[in-house]
Amino acid sequence: MKLLIANGYVIDPSQGLNAGMDLLIEDGRVARVLDRGEPAPKDAEVFDATGLMVAPGFIDLHVHLREPGQEYKETIATGAAAAVAGGWTSICAMPNTDPVNDSPAVTRFILEQGERVGLAKVFPIGALTKGSGGKELSEMGELKDAGIVAVSDDGRSVPTAGMMRRAMEYARGFDLAVVDHCQDHSLSAGGVMHEGRWSLILGLRGIPAAAEEVDANRDCALARLTSARVHLAHVSTRGALEAIRRAKELGLRATCEVAPHHWALTDEAVADYDTNMKLNPPLRSRDHVGALLEGLRDGTIDAIATDHAPHHADEKGLEFDQSPFGITGLETAVGLAFDLVHQGVISLERLVELCATNPARIFSLEERGTLRKNSWGDITILDPDHQWTFDVSKSKSKSRNTPFDGRSFKGAAVATIVAGRVVYLHPDFARITASKHSQFAAGR
Amino acid sequence: MSTTFNRKHLLGIRDLSAEEITYLLDTAETFRDVSRREIKKVPALRGRTVINLFFEASTRTRTSFEIAAKRLSADAVNINVSMSSVSKGETLLDTARNLEAMAPDCIVVRHSMAGAPHHLARMCNAPIVNAGDGSHEHPTQALLDGLTIREYKGRIDGLNIAIIGDILHSRVARSNIHLLTKLGATVRVAGPGTLVPAEFAELVEHGLRVEQRIEDAIEGADVVMILRIQRERQNAAFFPSMREYSVHYGLHPSHLERASRDVIVMHPGPINRGIEISSEIADGSRSLILDQVTNGIAVRMAVLYLLARGNHSAHEEASVKPAGPAGPVGNAKRVRKGIRA
Repeated sequence: MKLLIANGYVIDPSQGLNAGMDLLIEDGRVARVLDRGEPAPKDAEVFDATGLMVAPGFIDLHVHLREPGQEYKETIATGAAAAVAGGWTSICAMPNTDPVNDSPAVTRFILEQGERVGLAKVFPIGALTKGSGGKELSEMGELKDAGIVAVSDDGRSVPTAGMMRRAMEYARGFDLAVVDHCQDHSLSAGGVMHEGRWSLILGLRGIPAAAEEVDANRDCALARLTSARVHLAHVSTRGALEAIRRAKELGLRATCEVAPHHWALTDEAVADYDTNMKLNPPLRSRDHVGALLEGLRDGTIDAIATDHAPHHADEKGLEFDQSPFGITGLETAVGLAFDLVHQGVISLERLVELCATNPARIFSLEERGTLRKNSWGDITILDPDHQWTFDVSKSKSKSRNTPFDGRSFKGAAVATIVAGRVVYLHPDFARITASKHSQFAAGR
Repeated sequence: MSTTFNRKHLLGIRDLSAEEITYLLDTAETFRDVSRREIKKVPALRGRTVINLFFEASTRTRTSFEIAAKRLSADAVNINVSMSSVSKGETLLDTARNLEAMAPDCIVVRHSMAGAPHHLARMCNAPIVNAGDGSHEHPTQALLDGLTIREYKGRIDGLNIAIIGDILHSRVARSNIHLLTKLGATVRVAGPGTLVPAEFAELVEHGLRVEQRIEDAIEGADVVMILRIQRERQNAAFFPSMREYSVHYGLHPSHLERASRDVIVMHPGPINRGIEISSEIADGSRSLILDQVTNGIAVRMAVLYLLARGNHSAHEEASVKPAGPAGPVGNAKRVRKGIRA
């Protein structure tokens, strides 16, 4: 089984590739990269990528798939379908399911469901503490043997520095990254939006930036103490980025991700009490957004992760205070990331680094995030020029909680290939290819 | 009156222009007379239904809306929903849809959560009046405070107004800050640092200052507004004790020596005597606490009239005018003269 992705423009930061080349995939793995015109095996099926970017498959370090336990919000099948429609070939599932993924049985269930669905590769993240209760360490060794790629109690922060220290020291023995949702509960309790001018205007309880900054600084200090790997989930504040920047200067094993909504929106968006603007961490003020853009530009931020958090319309239809935190994000993230490219914040190469190269490194996902020989044939095909409008009624996710319905984008993932198999093709792919051909002809 | 009020809902003061606020206050003045007559009723809203939907305990505001509706001849229905029964079952949305099916002409809503009236306004065809939503806004309270200040000071523009107490959690403070600064007053707020965030100064574009000491806020004030301290706040450790609050942040007669000579003192009620305000002041000659209550009826009549009348005919418009030659018209003119155009 051979697939030749022909006439595209290959971008692979892991080996410094950035050129017009063809890519041959054999039996689900990358066989080799061919220079333009180099003869390919005759029996290879040809995927015409004229005028398109060919990147290692995008890896989302942070999704909530809700299965087991909350299948009315999302299932692994619907979540994986949304993932590939958004250009993600791998997704890492947070453990806050019901039951929590703190046992090998749940880990294996998630892996098996992912295989059965056969779209995006699903990597489970294990709970850091039993039941994510913040009190006793989970059986990380057993979980790692079953297939987890990191540990986290996402949704809540690790409650005390002492607990975090033990978790990091213990996880270090299994070379697992500890993923923390930085938020000091004593500062954030009861808060529903960013604390600042808008929370005061709207009379909503605020979550101060300091709640995240205190824990980010704590975690970086503990990374220094323990030499463990710490990954800060969805950073949203200037102070957290400063902590990470300093930790990196010190050579600590500290990394972080940012979610697209945190650079695309500000706390002002809450003004109409729209519950699709209710997020945790909350949408921040302009100053913090500026710091995120800076972190994306200068390399402080390692990864883009969606924090895809589906919720049922009945839940999001409650009062702002009562409604759950979170939005779906798998299908809009790449579009929002292309905004950064078109605005000159990041290069295309850096986009691939943020969505593929670095995520694979952070969770040690071997033979992914790269197009080196023998790596998995996971490919995201991008069209930086494709103009489109997000229509939530056509979303593959089971939930509809997005603030981006009706938003226009320039740039999209137009095909998604997992282990050499095309698992998603943009509905207008033929038209997109035809227009690329005519551009190409005109250009010549 | 050069302008009108064409909004469907009254959700907050922040959205309103100075002209719209003035129009509401002018309209309220014309209604003040109705309550002074022997027959305290006009047929302005005859055949209309006003629902008072209260998710949070309230005696004063609910009664005020009810009386206002009845003096306009509307049928007023009170629904008191305890939060516990809501959390057990029906959502706000379902409650709203059910009420909607009964074709009300206006829904007055009080809710412990900020934004609940906005939520209803999105779902319902009926006009929504916000009677207080969490810590967000309480627009009719600010309007009745504005009406009271105008009555006694003849104007709002150029006045120095101090608001003292738990600013952070107060919807009354927010609505008043918007209303008073839009109409040209300078507002100074003060209270314990835990309840008066420094960022509050950014709430409005201009005309608002945050003071650390209540003495500084009261210095030269024409109006002092005292906010009710919620006893449960003490448990949340916003301040150490009621005693300490009373000593450092309660309003005492000596404070008023710093204020302007004809200072007036206001409080949205119900008051905690001896805590945020001393009884000497609450019962003294500068206190307008009961005038505020009286003006509350006129303001709520104006709001209900403007929102619940729907597509009114000229005839209905005429019928609202006070019948007698005496009454509020002269009074209204006197007050309005003091307001700079």
